[in-house]
Amino acid sequence: MKKLFLIKYGEIAIKGKNRYLFEDALLQNIKKSLRNIGDFKLIKEQGRILVEPLKENYDEEEVIGRLTKIFGIIGICPVIKVDSLDFQQIQEHVLHYMKEIYQDKKITFKVEARRADKSYPLTSPEIAREVGAYLLQHMPTLSVDVHHPQVRVWIEIRNSVYVYSQVIPGLGGMPIGTSGKAMLLLSGGIDSPVAGWMVAKRGVALEGIYFHSHPYTSDRAKEKVIELGRKLATYTGKFTLHIVPFTEIQLKIYEKCPHVQLTIIMRRIMMQIAEKIAKKQNALALITGESIGQVASQTIQSLGVTNAVCTLPVFRPLIGFDKQDIITIAEKIDTYETSILPYEDCCTIFVAKHPQTKPNLESIERSEKNLENIDAMIEEAIAKTEVIFI
Amino acid sequence: MKEIYLDNGATTPPSSEVIQSILQVVKKDYGNPSSLHRKGMQAEEYIKQTSEEIAKWLKVTPKEVYYTSGGTESNNLAILGVANAYVRSGKHLITTQIEHPSVLEPFKKLEEQGYEVTYLPVNQQGYIDLETLKQAIRPDTILVSIMHINNEVGTIQPIDKIGSIIKKINPSTLFHVDAVQSFGKSIIYPRRWNIDLLSISGHKIHGPKGIGVLYIAKDIKIEPLVYGGGQQNGLRSGTENMIGIAGLYPAVKNAYENLKDHVSHMVQLKKYLVNELKAKVENISIHGPKLEEGAPHIINLGFKDIRGEVLLHALEDKKIYVSTGSACSSHKSTKSSTLQALGLSDEEILSSIRISFSPYTTREDIEICIAEMQQIIPLLRKFVPGGKK
Repeated sequence: MKKLFLIKYGEIAIKGKNRYLFEDALLQNIKKSLRNIGDFKLIKEQGRILVEPLKENYDEEEVIGRLTKIFGIIGICPVIKVDSLDFQQIQEHVLHYMKEIYQDKKITFKVEARRADKSYPLTSPEIAREVGAYLLQHMPTLSVDVHHPQVRVWIEIRNSVYVYSQVIPGLGGMPIGTSGKAMLLLSGGIDSPVAGWMVAKRGVALEGIYFHSHPYTSDRAKEKVIELGRKLATYTGKFTLHIVPFTEIQLKIYEKCPHVQLTIIMRRIMMQIAEKIAKKQNALALITGESIGQVASQTIQSLGVTNAVCTLPVFRPLIGFDKQDIITIAEKIDTYETSILPYEDCCTIFVAKHPQTKPNLESIERSEKNLENIDAMIEEAIAKTEVIFI
Repeated sequence: MKEIYLDNGATTPPSSEVIQSILQVVKKDYGNPSSLHRKGMQAEEYIKQTSEEIAKWLKVTPKEVYYTSGGTESNNLAILGVANAYVRSGKHLITTQIEHPSVLEPFKKLEEQGYEVTYLPVNQQGYIDLETLKQAIRPDTILVSIMHINNEVGTIQPIDKIGSIIKKINPSTLFHVDAVQSFGKSIIYPRRWNIDLLSISGHKIHGPKGIGVLYIAKDIKIEPLVYGGGQQNGLRSGTENMIGIAGLYPAVKNAYENLKDHVSHMVQLKKYLVNELKAKVENISIHGPKLEEGAPHIINLGFKDIRGEVLLHALEDKKIYVSTGSACSSHKSTKSSTLQALGLSDEEILSSIRISFSPYTTREDIEICIAEMQQIIPLLRKFVPGGKK
């Protein structure tokens, strides 16, 4: 008898001819994720993946923890595998399994059987009935409920016999790397990591970009963004972070443009830089954490003016979310605690007391004309960008 | 680029003698002082040596020296320990508005438990008013806790006078002094100054982190915070921090054997820095006591129209390390309560930095610091906080 993990995936099973691409990506992602926590063999089998530990050197909780962070998986079942097809032996193994998990708890159950091997002497309903009766006989605290059982005990007879009764829900979504790559603008706040996570869940690989305004932002603020990158990488496998030195440009805007337009012009330049780096990295879209009306630069007018500088699609998955909804996800994906660390920057120096909430594109473009040399400054910032591989 | 560390009020680098002494305990003399065998005795020798050294300079007995995990624990043990032990004599306590959080927070806790705390205000230089103190002391006042040197602005309270005032008005009121910033930079005589409890920290005087001392005058009873094997007279159970205690000895010895030279050196540097800066950069102000009066090693300066944290990070680029009492955080108010108590405006508080010296700071360090500030400050002033006016 061996312990394994049976992995169920949903959406990708129905992807038609491309199905193998998705399955292979998922297989690769699982392999990478488990790389340093044990030795495992992965078996792809009829719409599911089996993870078989080759040695005892793994921690079950850790394995499940990793698997529950892989996009594309909808359920993880700890399974026992019985090599003998002898029915008496199967019954004994199932009993042993049930006793180990449920001991003498009072539960209702139902046995569900399936046989891939149609030549097996018992039919599926017969297997279920026989095993059910055997369990009842040996575990007096069990009772049968065929309609709403607390526990469904699955018995699958293939080349070997697989028994499981627990399904730990996965994240769903699609395997990372099956939907191209996008560039996430990370600010260090609560919203942007959530936005990145949501897009990544659809199978999109991520890279991040952060604008650093030293000495107006502290290195701790930068460390915080790197830490957010690490948190995202627990889902995406890896994460490349581009740290763009932004002080010179910010000071230039401060000097040359009307005070009330500082933020919006700053954001437009950030988008331009992000797009240039995205194209260089073969990313096909930008991602931001914007949500309508949250701050002055996220009014529908401001979003329009910001968007006008971009040619790549800009994904804003949080656009219709309330702050509390965003916080709920941030907590779930474990970025919230990092996001609220108080290393807020001193960029308030560059924020007007009453910024424009309804900017007009022409007037903004007119102001930007005062930024002589801005193209060269953008190029320089990109050239001096620090790249961190997480 | 040379590293210029001017944040000695936060912590100091351990001296090589301290490191040597620590290594000896880590590698060879690793015994537990409570063990009955030779290794235990060896360890006990370290405690004896350090306690005697501290006692010598404070003019107290080694038995009155108790070891803690640092200044914070010493302050907590003194305040909570006295409050709990003397609750039958009264529930009134006195402290000041400019104490370190490790003093203010225990007092807040005691207020929740029904004690009454008087927080003495300070004037613009950070001094308490002795008349106000006199009036605050009552028959049910069990403890007065006042810091010697303020950590943010360097005000030195007249502890000797305060001690005699307290005892004259109510001889049974106990007097605790947070001497974390003054031990090793000033003479302190607890007996003569009527101090009953005195907090000391190791890492502010080039000793190790994680070691502190609480001087408790004999006959003073305090309730322990930690219970266990009964070490240190049962006042602070737990195996003594031998690494810290061994490292503390050379730090104390060096600080007090060279006290005069160290102090005059740091005073010179402080005056030089301030006078030069005032001559070379506009709109600088001193927060706290007058230049001649404050602590030898601490100066708090305000730079009009500059955020202290921005200046800090700009200096950091030049490997010059200073500190601010307030961060630019927009999330929560992190404005220093000391600077608020001095009556400074929010703008002044946000524009301040603290520069703190050590005996090993050189004149060259200060020259470099002045030159860099002369460069940086006009640049930063081009960008006024809160946007263009």
